[in-house]
Amino acid sequence: MNRCLKILFFALLVKPMVLLGLGLNIFFKARLPKAGPAMVVANHNSHLDTLVLMSLYPLSQIHKIRPVAAADYFLCNKAVAWFSLNIIGIIPIQRSNIRDKEALFAECHKALDNGNILLIFPEGSRGKPEALSALKRGIHHIIKQRSSLKVVPVMMHGLGRALPKGERVFVPFNCDVVVGEAIPFEEDAKHYIDSVSQSLNQLLALCMTRQSIVQDEY
Amino acid sequence: MFNIPLHSFYMMLFVILLLVAGSLIRLRLQRKNPSVDYTELKQRIQSWWWMIAILFGILLAPTTISIIFFALLSFLALKEFFSIMPTRQADRRVILWAYLAIPAQYYWVETAWYGMFLIFIPIYVFLFLPMRAVFIGETKGFIRSLGTIHWAVMLSVLCISHIAYLLQLPVINEEAGALGLVLFLIFITQFNDVCQYIWGKTFGKHKIIPKVSPKKTWEGFIGGVVTVTIISGLLAPYLTPLTITQGFVAGALIAVSGFVGDVVISSVKRDLAIKDSGTLIPGHGGLLDRIDSLIYTAPLFFHFLYYLYY
Repeated sequence: MNRCLKILFFALLVKPMVLLGLGLNIFFKARLPKAGPAMVVANHNSHLDTLVLMSLYPLSQIHKIRPVAAADYFLCNKAVAWFSLNIIGIIPIQRSNIRDKEALFAECHKALDNGNILLIFPEGSRGKPEALSALKRGIHHIIKQRSSLKVVPVMMHGLGRALPKGERVFVPFNCDVVVGEAIPFEEDAKHYIDSVSQSLNQLLALCMTRQSIVQDEY
Repeated sequence: MFNIPLHSFYMMLFVILLLVAGSLIRLRLQRKNPSVDYTELKQRIQSWWWMIAILFGILLAPTTISIIFFALLSFLALKEFFSIMPTRQADRRVILWAYLAIPAQYYWVETAWYGMFLIFIPIYVFLFLPMRAVFIGETKGFIRSLGTIHWAVMLSVLCISHIAYLLQLPVINEEAGALGLVLFLIFITQFNDVCQYIWGKTFGKHKIIPKVSPKKTWEGFIGGVVTVTIISGLLAPYLTPLTITQGFVAGALIAVSGFVGDVVISSVKRDLAIKDSGTLIPGHGGLLDRIDSLIYTAPLFFHFLYYLYY
Protein backbone atom coordinates (compact mmCIF):
# COMPACT_ATOMS: atom_id res chain seq x y z
CA MET A 1 0.00 0.00 0.00
CA ASN A 2 2.64 2.49 1.07
CA ARG A 3 4.86 1.37 -1.76
CA CYS A 4 2.03 2.16 -4.19
CA LEU A 5 1.64 5.61 -2.66
CA LYS A 6 5.36 6.08 -2.91
CA ILE A 7 5.43 5.18 -6.60
CA LEU A 8 2.44 7.43 -7.27
CA PHE A 9 4.07 10.30 -5.37
CA PHE A 10 7.25 10.01 -7.41
CA ALA A 11 5.57 9.30 -10.75
CA LEU A 12 2.93 12.03 -10.58
CA LEU A 13 4.57 14.71 -8.47
CA VAL A 14 8.32 14.44 -8.04
CA LYS A 15 9.42 13.32 -11.49
CA PRO A 16 7.30 15.86 -13.46
CA MET A 17 8.35 18.58 -11.01
CA VAL A 18 12.03 17.75 -11.38
CA LEU A 19 11.68 17.58 -15.15
CA LEU A 20 9.73 20.79 -15.70
CA GLY A 21 9.93 22.92 -12.60
CA LEU A 22 13.60 22.33 -12.13
CA GLY A 23 15.31 20.85 -15.15
CA LEU A 24 18.53 18.99 -14.44
CA ASN A 25 21.94 19.19 -16.03
CA ILE A 26 23.13 15.67 -15.18
CA PHE A 27 26.73 14.67 -15.72
CA PHE A 28 27.99 11.05 -15.51
CA LYS A 29 24.67 9.56 -14.46
CA ALA A 30 26.07 6.11 -15.26
CA ARG A 31 28.41 6.36 -12.27
CA LEU A 32 25.49 6.17 -9.81
CA PRO A 33 25.37 2.79 -8.06
CA LYS A 34 22.68 0.76 -9.77
CA ALA A 35 22.18 -1.73 -6.97
CA GLY A 36 22.88 -1.90 -3.29
CA PRO A 37 24.50 -2.17 -0.93
CA ALA A 38 26.03 1.18 -1.74
CA MET A 39 26.21 4.71 -0.45
CA VAL A 40 25.66 8.04 -2.15
CA VAL A 41 27.17 11.05 -0.40
CA ALA A 42 25.93 14.44 -1.54
CA ASN A 43 26.08 18.07 -0.57
CA HIS A 44 22.96 19.47 1.07
CA ASN A 45 21.33 22.83 0.36
CA SER A 46 17.63 22.15 0.13
CA HIS A 47 14.90 19.64 0.94
CA LEU A 48 14.78 19.13 -2.82
CA ASP A 49 18.20 17.43 -2.74
CA THR A 50 16.70 14.15 -1.52
CA LEU A 51 13.83 14.22 -4.00
CA VAL A 52 16.11 15.04 -6.93
CA LEU A 53 18.55 12.25 -6.11
CA MET A 54 15.74 9.74 -5.65
CA SER A 55 14.11 10.84 -8.90
CA LEU A 56 17.23 9.77 -10.79
CA TYR A 57 16.28 6.17 -10.10
CA PRO A 58 13.57 4.24 -11.96
CA LEU A 59 10.24 3.89 -10.14
CA SER A 60 10.83 0.17 -9.63
CA GLN A 61 14.03 0.93 -7.68
CA ILE A 62 12.96 3.95 -5.66
CA HIS A 63 12.03 1.99 -2.52
CA LYS A 64 15.66 0.81 -2.32
CA ILE A 65 16.97 4.36 -1.89
CA ARG A 66 17.06 5.27 1.78
CA PRO A 67 17.90 8.85 2.77
CA VAL A 68 19.50 9.13 6.19
CA ALA A 69 17.84 12.04 7.99
CA ALA A 70 17.70 13.75 11.38
CA ALA A 71 15.05 12.24 13.64
CA ASP A 72 14.58 15.46 15.64
CA TYR A 73 13.60 17.29 12.45
CA PHE A 74 11.67 14.75 10.41
CA LEU A 75 9.89 12.95 13.22
CA CYS A 76 8.82 16.19 14.90
CA ASN A 77 5.11 15.67 14.30
CA LYS A 78 2.93 12.76 13.26
CA ALA A 79 2.10 13.87 9.71
CA VAL A 80 5.67 14.72 8.75
CA ALA A 81 6.93 11.54 10.42
CA TRP A 82 4.45 9.35 8.54
CA PHE A 83 5.35 11.01 5.26
CA SER A 84 9.12 10.82 5.87
CA LEU A 85 9.09 7.20 6.99
CA ASN A 86 6.56 5.74 4.56
CA ILE A 87 6.65 7.84 1.42
CA ILE A 88 10.26 8.97 1.37
CA GLY A 89 11.55 6.00 3.37
CA ILE A 90 14.08 7.82 5.52
CA ILE A 91 16.34 6.19 8.07
CA PRO A 92 16.00 8.44 11.12
CA ILE A 93 19.15 9.30 13.06
CA GLN A 94 19.00 10.50 16.66
CA ARG A 95 21.38 13.42 16.54
CA SER A 96 21.23 13.88 20.32
CA ASN A 97 22.41 10.35 21.02
CA ILE A 98 25.80 10.34 19.34
CA ARG A 99 27.77 8.60 22.09
CA ASP A 100 26.67 5.14 21.20
CA LYS A 101 27.81 4.83 17.57
CA GLU A 102 26.61 1.23 17.29
CA ALA A 103 23.03 2.10 18.17
CA LEU A 104 23.17 5.29 16.15
CA PHE A 105 23.93 3.54 12.88
CA ALA A 106 22.22 0.20 13.53
CA GLU A 107 19.38 1.02 11.11
CA CYS A 108 21.86 2.06 8.41
CA HIS A 109 23.68 -1.26 8.67
CA LYS A 110 20.41 -3.13 8.53
CA ALA A 111 19.44 -1.26 5.35
CA LEU A 112 22.81 -1.98 3.75
CA ASP A 113 22.48 -5.66 4.68
CA ASN A 114 19.16 -5.62 2.84
CA GLY A 115 20.86 -4.34 -0.31
CA ASN A 116 19.61 -0.78 -0.07
CA ILE A 117 21.39 2.35 -1.27
CA LEU A 118 21.99 4.85 1.53
CA LEU A 119 21.71 8.54 0.75
CA ILE A 120 23.79 10.60 3.13
CA PHE A 121 24.38 14.31 3.41
CA PRO A 122 27.60 14.49 5.44
CA GLU A 123 27.26 18.24 5.99
CA GLY A 124 24.58 17.30 8.51
CA SER A 125 22.43 20.33 7.72
CA ARG A 126 21.37 22.35 4.69
CA GLY A 127 23.39 25.35 5.82
CA LYS A 128 23.89 28.49 3.77
CA PRO A 129 22.60 28.37 0.20
CA GLU A 130 25.15 26.96 -2.27
CA ALA A 131 28.04 26.71 0.18
CA LEU A 132 29.67 23.47 1.27
CA SER A 133 29.93 23.30 5.07
CA ALA A 134 32.46 21.17 6.93
CA LEU A 135 31.70 17.45 6.57
CA LYS A 136 30.85 15.30 9.57
CA ARG A 137 32.65 12.03 10.19
CA GLY A 138 29.58 9.84 10.53
CA ILE A 139 29.94 8.22 7.13
CA HIS A 140 33.32 6.88 8.12
CA HIS A 141 31.80 5.12 11.10
CA ILE A 142 29.44 3.30 8.79
CA ILE A 143 32.00 2.15 6.25
CA LYS A 144 34.71 1.31 8.78
CA GLN A 145 33.18 -2.14 8.98
CA ARG A 146 32.50 -2.32 5.24
CA SER A 147 35.68 -1.29 3.48
CA SER A 148 34.48 -2.68 0.14
CA LEU A 149 31.25 -0.64 0.08
CA LYS A 150 30.84 1.51 -3.01
CA VAL A 151 30.66 5.18 -1.98
CA VAL A 152 29.74 7.60 -4.75
CA PRO A 153 29.95 11.39 -4.31
CA VAL A 154 27.32 13.64 -5.92
CA MET A 155 27.54 17.41 -6.18
CA MET A 156 24.33 19.34 -6.69
CA HIS A 157 24.15 23.01 -7.46
CA GLY A 158 21.23 25.37 -7.91
CA LEU A 159 18.74 23.74 -5.56
CA GLY A 160 19.70 26.16 -2.81
CA ARG A 161 18.17 28.87 -4.96
CA ALA A 162 15.10 26.91 -6.00
CA LEU A 163 14.13 26.17 -2.39
CA PRO A 164 16.66 27.30 0.24
CA LYS A 165 16.48 26.68 3.96
CA GLY A 166 13.79 28.74 5.63
CA GLU A 167 11.87 29.56 2.43
CA ARG A 168 8.45 28.25 1.53
CA VAL A 169 8.15 29.54 -2.01
CA PHE A 170 9.62 27.40 -4.75
CA VAL A 171 11.22 29.24 -7.69
CA PRO A 172 12.17 27.30 -10.84
CA PHE A 173 15.87 27.06 -11.65
CA ASN A 174 17.92 24.55 -13.61
CA CYS A 175 20.16 22.53 -11.34
CA ASP A 176 23.38 20.64 -11.85
CA VAL A 177 23.84 17.09 -10.65
CA VAL A 178 27.41 15.87 -11.10
CA VAL A 179 28.19 12.28 -10.14
CA GLY A 180 31.79 11.53 -9.21
CA GLU A 181 33.88 8.39 -9.19
CA ALA A 182 33.62 6.02 -6.25
CA ILE A 183 35.79 7.08 -3.31
CA PRO A 184 38.33 4.44 -2.22
CA PHE A 185 38.29 3.38 1.41
CA GLU A 186 40.82 4.81 3.86
CA GLU A 187 41.44 3.73 7.43
CA ASP A 188 41.99 7.24 8.73
CA ALA A 189 38.72 9.10 9.23
CA LYS A 190 40.12 12.58 8.69
CA HIS A 191 41.86 11.61 5.43
CA TYR A 192 38.76 9.92 4.23
CA ILE A 193 36.50 12.87 4.94
CA ASP A 194 39.02 15.18 3.30
CA SER A 195 38.99 13.13 0.13
CA VAL A 196 35.18 13.18 0.05
CA SER A 197 35.23 16.93 0.49
CA GLN A 198 37.91 17.34 -2.16
CA SER A 199 36.01 15.18 -4.60
CA LEU A 200 32.81 17.21 -4.09
CA ASN A 201 34.68 20.45 -4.68
CA GLN A 202 36.20 19.08 -7.88
CA LEU A 203 32.76 18.15 -9.17
CA LEU A 204 31.62 21.70 -8.53
CA ALA A 205 33.86 22.91 -11.35
CA LEU A 206 31.62 21.05 -13.83
CA CYS A 207 28.45 22.79 -12.67
CA MET A 208 26.96 25.09 -15.27
CA THR A 209 25.12 27.18 -12.74
CA ARG A 210 28.16 27.75 -10.53
CA GLN A 211 28.57 31.39 -11.65
CA SER A 212 25.01 32.30 -10.87
CA ILE A 213 25.42 32.79 -7.15
CA VAL A 214 25.93 36.29 -5.84
CA GLN A 215 26.77 36.39 -2.16
CA ASP A 216 24.47 38.82 -0.39
CA GLU A 217 23.41 39.61 3.13
CA TYR A 218 19.85 38.49 2.55
CA MET B 1 -4.56 16.50 -45.73
CA PHE B 2 -5.18 17.39 -42.05
CA ASN B 3 -6.43 20.71 -43.46
CA ILE B 4 -2.86 21.93 -43.79
CA PRO B 5 -2.49 24.74 -46.31
CA LEU B 6 -0.78 23.19 -49.32
CA HIS B 7 2.36 25.32 -49.42
CA SER B 8 3.05 24.77 -45.74
CA PHE B 9 2.48 21.05 -46.21
CA TYR B 10 5.09 20.91 -48.99
CA MET B 11 7.50 22.96 -46.88
CA MET B 12 7.17 20.46 -44.04
CA LEU B 13 7.75 17.58 -46.43
CA PHE B 14 10.82 19.36 -47.74
CA VAL B 15 12.25 19.80 -44.23
CA ILE B 16 11.64 16.12 -43.49
CA LEU B 17 13.41 15.19 -46.73
CA LEU B 18 16.38 17.34 -45.69
CA LEU B 19 16.50 15.47 -42.37
CA VAL B 20 16.31 12.10 -44.11
CA ALA B 21 19.18 13.21 -46.35
CA GLY B 22 21.17 14.35 -43.31
CA SER B 23 20.63 11.03 -41.54
CA LEU B 24 21.63 9.05 -44.65
CA ILE B 25 24.78 11.12 -45.14
CA ARG B 26 25.71 10.49 -41.54
CA LEU B 27 25.24 6.75 -41.95
CA ARG B 28 27.43 6.77 -45.06
CA LEU B 29 30.14 8.76 -43.31
CA GLN B 30 30.07 6.26 -40.46
CA ARG B 31 30.34 3.34 -42.84
CA LYS B 32 33.20 4.91 -44.79
CA ASN B 33 35.24 5.86 -41.71
CA PRO B 34 34.27 3.35 -39.02
CA SER B 35 37.16 4.48 -36.83
CA VAL B 36 35.94 8.09 -36.50
CA ASP B 37 33.60 8.89 -33.62
CA TYR B 38 30.42 10.46 -34.97
CA THR B 39 28.50 10.32 -31.69
CA GLU B 40 28.00 14.06 -31.49
CA LEU B 41 26.82 14.34 -35.09
CA LYS B 42 24.48 11.42 -34.49
CA GLN B 43 23.08 13.05 -31.34
CA ARG B 44 22.68 16.34 -33.17
CA ILE B 45 20.70 14.79 -36.01
CA GLN B 46 18.61 12.73 -33.61
CA SER B 47 17.80 15.89 -31.66
CA TRP B 48 16.85 17.61 -34.92
CA TRP B 49 14.36 14.82 -35.59
CA TRP B 50 12.84 15.35 -32.17
CA MET B 51 12.72 19.12 -32.47
CA ILE B 52 11.14 19.00 -35.93
CA ALA B 53 8.64 16.35 -34.86
CA ILE B 54 7.60 18.42 -31.84
CA LEU B 55 7.47 21.68 -33.78
CA PHE B 56 5.41 20.26 -36.65
CA GLY B 57 3.12 18.41 -34.28
CA ILE B 58 2.51 21.62 -32.36
CA LEU B 59 1.99 23.72 -35.47
CA LEU B 60 -0.61 21.29 -36.80
CA ALA B 61 -2.50 21.39 -33.52
CA PRO B 62 -5.12 24.09 -32.80
CA THR B 63 -3.63 27.60 -32.46
CA THR B 64 -4.21 27.72 -28.71
CA ILE B 65 -2.04 24.64 -28.23
CA SER B 66 0.69 26.14 -30.39
CA ILE B 67 0.57 29.28 -28.25
CA ILE B 68 0.86 27.25 -25.05
CA PHE B 69 3.85 25.48 -26.59
CA PHE B 70 5.62 28.77 -27.29
CA ALA B 71 4.83 29.88 -23.74
CA LEU B 72 6.54 26.72 -22.52
CA LEU B 73 9.50 27.52 -24.76
CA SER B 74 9.72 30.98 -23.21
CA PHE B 75 9.60 29.44 -19.74
CA LEU B 76 12.41 27.00 -20.48
CA ALA B 77 14.53 29.74 -22.07
CA LEU B 78 13.94 32.14 -19.18
CA LYS B 79 14.72 29.42 -16.66
CA GLU B 80 17.98 28.72 -18.46
CA PHE B 81 18.86 32.41 -18.34
CA PHE B 82 18.15 32.71 -14.63
CA SER B 83 20.05 29.51 -13.92
CA ILE B 84 23.32 30.66 -15.47
CA MET B 85 23.22 34.41 -14.87
CA PRO B 86 24.32 35.84 -11.52
CA THR B 87 21.37 36.91 -9.37
CA ARG B 88 21.14 37.43 -5.64
CA GLN B 89 19.40 35.17 -3.17
CA ALA B 90 17.20 38.21 -2.44
CA ASP B 91 16.00 38.18 -6.05
CA ARG B 92 14.10 34.91 -5.76
CA ARG B 93 10.68 36.56 -5.35
CA VAL B 94 11.38 39.03 -8.16
CA ILE B 95 12.33 36.14 -10.41
CA LEU B 96 9.10 34.36 -9.52
CA TRP B 97 7.17 37.45 -10.69
CA ALA B 98 9.26 37.54 -13.85
CA TYR B 99 8.07 33.98 -14.59
CA LEU B 100 4.49 35.10 -14.09
CA ALA B 101 4.93 37.52 -16.99
CA ILE B 102 4.86 34.48 -19.30
CA PRO B 103 1.21 33.42 -18.88
CA ALA B 104 0.13 37.06 -19.06
CA GLN B 105 2.12 37.79 -22.22
CA TYR B 106 0.79 34.67 -23.97
CA TYR B 107 -2.73 35.50 -22.87
CA TRP B 108 -2.43 38.75 -24.83
CA VAL B 109 -1.24 36.66 -27.77
CA GLU B 110 -4.15 34.26 -27.42
CA THR B 111 -6.69 37.10 -27.33
CA ALA B 112 -4.78 38.92 -30.11
CA TRP B 113 -4.63 42.10 -28.02
CA TYR B 114 -1.87 43.67 -30.07
CA GLY B 115 -1.29 46.87 -28.06
CA MET B 116 -0.98 45.04 -24.76
CA PHE B 117 1.20 42.36 -26.35
CA LEU B 118 3.65 45.08 -27.39
CA ILE B 119 3.83 47.17 -24.22
CA PHE B 120 3.22 44.69 -21.43
CA ILE B 121 6.86 43.68 -20.92
CA PRO B 122 8.67 46.89 -21.91
CA ILE B 123 6.37 49.00 -19.73
CA TYR B 124 4.39 47.16 -17.07
CA VAL B 125 6.82 44.38 -16.23
CA PHE B 126 9.71 46.81 -16.59
CA LEU B 127 8.24 49.15 -14.00
CA PHE B 128 6.83 46.47 -11.71
CA LEU B 129 9.85 44.22 -11.08
CA PRO B 130 12.05 46.97 -9.55
CA MET B 131 9.13 47.95 -7.31
CA ARG B 132 8.82 44.37 -6.05
CA ALA B 133 12.57 44.30 -5.45
CA VAL B 134 12.44 47.54 -3.47
CA PHE B 135 9.98 45.96 -1.04
CA ILE B 136 12.47 43.15 -0.43
CA GLY B 137 14.87 45.88 0.51
CA GLU B 138 18.28 44.56 -0.47
CA THR B 139 20.05 47.43 -2.23
CA LYS B 140 23.50 45.89 -2.61
CA GLY B 141 23.76 44.70 -6.22
CA PHE B 142 20.32 46.12 -7.04
CA ILE B 143 21.24 47.68 -10.39
CA ARG B 144 22.95 44.64 -11.79
CA SER B 145 20.25 42.24 -10.65
CA LEU B 146 17.31 44.20 -11.99
CA GLY B 147 19.11 44.92 -15.25
CA THR B 148 19.86 41.23 -15.70
CA ILE B 149 16.37 40.07 -14.84
CA HIS B 150 14.60 42.45 -17.17
CA TRP B 151 17.01 41.76 -19.99
CA ALA B 152 16.34 38.03 -19.67
CA VAL B 153 12.56 38.60 -19.71
CA MET B 154 12.79 40.79 -22.82
CA LEU B 155 14.85 38.22 -24.71
CA SER B 156 13.08 35.06 -23.74
CA VAL B 157 9.49 36.22 -23.30
CA LEU B 158 8.87 39.31 -25.43
CA CYS B 159 11.06 38.20 -28.34
CA ILE B 160 9.91 34.57 -28.41
CA SER B 161 6.24 35.53 -28.08
CA HIS B 162 6.52 37.23 -31.47
CA ILE B 163 6.70 33.79 -33.08
CA ALA B 164 3.38 32.89 -31.46
CA TYR B 165 1.79 36.16 -32.54
CA LEU B 166 2.61 35.33 -36.19
CA LEU B 167 -0.07 32.65 -35.85
CA GLN B 168 -2.63 35.28 -34.87
CA LEU B 169 -2.11 37.62 -37.81
CA PRO B 170 -4.93 37.59 -40.38
CA VAL B 171 -3.99 35.22 -43.19
CA ILE B 172 -3.06 36.97 -46.44
CA ASN B 173 -1.30 34.17 -48.30
CA GLU B 174 -4.16 31.64 -48.23
CA GLU B 175 -2.10 28.81 -49.70
CA ALA B 176 0.46 28.98 -46.90
CA GLY B 177 -1.79 29.98 -44.00
CA ALA B 178 -0.63 31.44 -40.68
CA LEU B 179 1.59 28.41 -40.38
CA GLY B 180 3.65 29.52 -43.38
CA LEU B 181 4.99 32.58 -41.56
CA VAL B 182 6.31 30.52 -38.66
CA LEU B 183 7.77 27.88 -40.96
CA PHE B 184 9.46 30.59 -43.02
CA LEU B 185 10.93 32.38 -40.01
CA ILE B 186 12.23 29.26 -38.29
CA PHE B 187 13.50 27.63 -41.47
CA ILE B 188 15.36 30.72 -42.71
CA THR B 189 16.83 31.38 -39.26
CA GLN B 190 18.13 27.83 -38.82
CA PHE B 191 19.21 27.66 -42.47
CA ASN B 192 21.23 30.84 -41.83
CA ASP B 193 23.01 29.20 -38.88
CA VAL B 194 23.93 26.25 -41.07
CA CYS B 195 25.00 28.42 -44.05
CA GLN B 196 27.23 30.67 -41.98
CA TYR B 197 28.79 27.58 -40.43
CA ILE B 198 29.43 25.86 -43.77
CA TRP B 199 30.77 28.99 -45.51
CA GLY B 200 32.98 29.74 -42.53
CA LYS B 201 34.26 26.18 -42.31
CA THR B 202 35.09 26.09 -46.04
CA PHE B 203 36.46 29.57 -46.75
CA GLY B 204 36.82 31.17 -43.31
CA LYS B 205 40.00 33.21 -42.79
CA HIS B 206 39.39 36.68 -41.40
CA LYS B 207 38.01 36.64 -37.89
CA ILE B 208 35.05 38.88 -37.30
CA ILE B 209 34.95 39.13 -33.47
CA PRO B 210 37.73 36.89 -32.17
CA LYS B 211 37.17 37.86 -28.53
CA VAL B 212 33.58 36.65 -28.49
CA SER B 213 33.50 33.82 -30.96
CA PRO B 214 36.85 32.76 -32.44
CA LYS B 215 35.22 30.56 -35.06
CA LYS B 216 33.12 33.31 -36.68
CA THR B 217 34.68 34.73 -39.85
CA TRP B 218 33.82 37.43 -42.38
CA GLU B 219 33.73 34.80 -45.12
CA GLY B 220 31.17 32.74 -43.21
CA PHE B 221 29.09 35.80 -42.40
CA ILE B 222 29.02 37.25 -45.92
CA GLY B 223 28.58 33.85 -47.58
CA GLY B 224 25.70 33.14 -45.23
CA VAL B 225 23.99 36.48 -45.77
CA VAL B 226 24.18 36.18 -49.57
CA THR B 227 22.93 32.58 -49.67
CA VAL B 228 20.14 33.19 -47.19
CA THR B 229 19.05 36.40 -48.94
CA ILE B 230 18.67 34.57 -52.25
CA ILE B 231 16.88 31.53 -50.82
CA SER B 232 14.63 33.77 -48.75
CA GLY B 233 13.63 35.82 -51.81
CA LEU B 234 12.65 32.63 -53.62
CA LEU B 235 10.81 31.11 -50.66
CA ALA B 236 9.03 34.21 -49.30
CA PRO B 237 6.27 34.53 -51.95
CA TYR B 238 5.51 30.84 -51.48
CA LEU B 239 5.11 30.90 -47.69
CA THR B 240 4.38 34.55 -46.80
CA PRO B 241 2.59 37.60 -48.23
CA LEU B 242 6.00 39.11 -49.11
CA THR B 243 7.03 39.70 -52.75
CA ILE B 244 10.39 38.51 -54.09
CA THR B 245 12.10 41.84 -53.40
CA GLN B 246 10.64 42.06 -49.92
CA GLY B 247 11.72 38.45 -49.43
CA PHE B 248 15.32 39.44 -50.24
CA VAL B 249 15.17 42.18 -47.61
CA ALA B 250 13.60 39.82 -45.06
CA GLY B 251 16.34 37.28 -45.78
CA ALA B 252 19.13 39.82 -45.29
CA LEU B 253 17.44 41.03 -42.10
CA ILE B 254 17.17 37.49 -40.72
CA ALA B 255 20.73 36.58 -41.74
CA VAL B 256 22.31 39.63 -40.10
CA SER B 257 20.17 39.62 -36.96
CA GLY B 258 20.48 35.85 -36.60
CA PHE B 259 24.23 36.31 -36.50
CA VAL B 260 23.87 39.04 -33.87
CA GLY B 261 21.60 36.88 -31.70
CA ASP B 262 24.10 34.06 -31.89
CA VAL B 263 27.05 36.19 -30.75
CA VAL B 264 25.05 37.97 -28.05
CA ILE B 265 24.30 34.64 -26.36
CA SER B 266 27.91 33.60 -26.99
CA SER B 267 29.06 36.70 -25.10
CA VAL B 268 26.84 35.78 -22.17
CA LYS B 269 28.35 32.31 -22.04
CA ARG B 270 31.89 33.62 -22.47
CA ASP B 271 31.33 36.08 -19.64
CA LEU B 272 30.27 33.19 -17.39
CA ALA B 273 33.02 30.88 -18.70
CA ILE B 274 30.60 28.13 -19.69
CA LYS B 275 30.41 26.35 -23.04
CA ASP B 276 26.69 25.61 -23.16
CA SER B 277 23.72 27.13 -21.39
CA GLY B 278 22.25 23.77 -20.41
CA THR B 279 21.89 20.14 -21.40
CA LEU B 280 18.27 20.09 -22.57
CA ILE B 281 19.02 19.17 -26.20
CA PRO B 282 21.58 16.35 -26.58
CA GLY B 283 24.34 17.31 -29.03
CA HIS B 284 23.24 20.95 -29.13
CA GLY B 285 23.54 22.03 -25.49
CA GLY B 286 20.85 24.10 -23.86
CA LEU B 287 17.70 25.56 -25.34
CA LEU B 288 19.29 29.00 -25.53
CA ASP B 289 22.14 27.58 -27.62
CA ARG B 290 19.56 26.50 -30.19
CA ILE B 291 17.22 29.49 -30.21
CA ASP B 292 19.81 32.24 -29.72
CA SER B 293 19.43 33.54 -33.28
CA LEU B 294 15.66 33.10 -33.25
CA ILE B 295 15.46 35.48 -30.30
CA TYR B 296 16.74 38.25 -32.57
CA THR B 297 15.15 37.27 -35.86
CA ALA B 298 11.58 36.71 -34.56
CA PRO B 299 10.69 40.28 -33.51
CA LEU B 300 12.57 41.86 -36.43
CA PHE B 301 10.91 39.68 -39.04
CA PHE B 302 7.54 40.15 -37.35
CA HIS B 303 7.70 43.95 -37.39
CA PHE B 304 9.08 44.04 -40.94
CA LEU B 305 6.08 42.02 -42.06
CA TYR B 306 3.66 43.96 -39.88
CA TYR B 307 4.87 47.29 -41.20
CA LEU B 308 4.36 46.19 -44.81
CA TYR B 309 1.04 44.34 -44.55
CA TYR B 310 -0.94 44.99 -41.39
